[in-house]
Amino acid sequence: MDNIGLIAMVSIIIAGMTMAIGSIGPALGEARAVAQALSSIAQQPDASGTITRTLFVGLAMIESMAIYCFVVALILVFANPFWKYVITHP
Amino acid sequence: MELSPDSTILWQWGPVKLNATILYTWIVMAILVIGSWLSTRQLSDQTKLTRRQNLLETLVSYMNNQIRSTSRQEPGRFLPFVGTLFLFIAFSNSLEIVPGFEPPTGSLSTTAALAICVFIAVPFYGILQGGVAGYLKHYIKPSIFMLPFEIIGEFSRTLALAVRLYGNIMSGTIIVGILLSLAPLFFPIVMQVLGLLIGLIQAYIFAVLAMVYIASATSIRSRKDFAQEKAIKGDE
Repeated sequence: MDNIGLIAMVSIIIAGMTMAIGSIGPALGEARAVAQALSSIAQQPDASGTITRTLFVGLAMIESMAIYCFVVALILVFANPFWKYVITHP
Repeated sequence: MELSPDSTILWQWGPVKLNATILYTWIVMAILVIGSWLSTRQLSDQTKLTRRQNLLETLVSYMNNQIRSTSRQEPGRFLPFVGTLFLFIAFSNSLEIVPGFEPPTGSLSTTAALAICVFIAVPFYGILQGGVAGYLKHYIKPSIFMLPFEIIGEFSRTLALAVRLYGNIMSGTIIVGILLSLAPLFFPIVMQVLGLLIGLIQAYIFAVLAMVYIASATSIRSRKDFAQEKAIKGDE
């Protein structure tokens, strides 16, 4: 297999694996955070405003891990620097 | 497929380029400035308010409350910076639904610029509050071994701020683009509604995180103040 095919194959496989493996951790973390926040709201409905605000900020911080993986996967598929190099230097 | 509006060059004169990001940033800035100029032209302190003044007062008092509850300090000094960040990001994210408009926050250069503003504002407010020595002292608390970690943390959280906003907004645009080619009838609209919600939440989070970082640098109080506060509380 020549270089072009090799780079395309590796990029696409790694892009898929980045999303697949990289979303496991944030999914578990967000599920835990939401479950804990719900039980806290059920115990103390008065503090629901503070809990919800903190929950949103925390969720966004957890989710940014998945977003990093997504950005890397998108770069691998749509803006791969190695692919561009191979295409322009045959 | 293009990952950011940076690559759309509208006008070029020698080395000076005008790309879509700059143009849309100017549009958002113009809307914000002209809108607030129009609504603050005739302010009244009577019971009868104009609709615009009502809107602005609601916004400002909401931001004041949020800043107060996030930082546990008086919001007066922080409101201009944090409020402007929130309004700019929220506006450019929600204008996403206008056809042809690409949110400038979907470009890494804009978000990096905003994150660098936060990076500079943190020592600015910290030095304003406690002086240069007082600010630098919090790097070596509780011990000098924390110094490298504090410095790494300063840079990594700036990077995280920039990439978080960029990734969220850019991924929304890209997903709508991909869905348009797969299922063009109904699903792109649903994803755009989701994108509106995500845009507002991300604006809120950017502002809250900036506030948290600034508050962590300004909340260093000297032991004397703390003792005085304790004495006042004891009297009550």
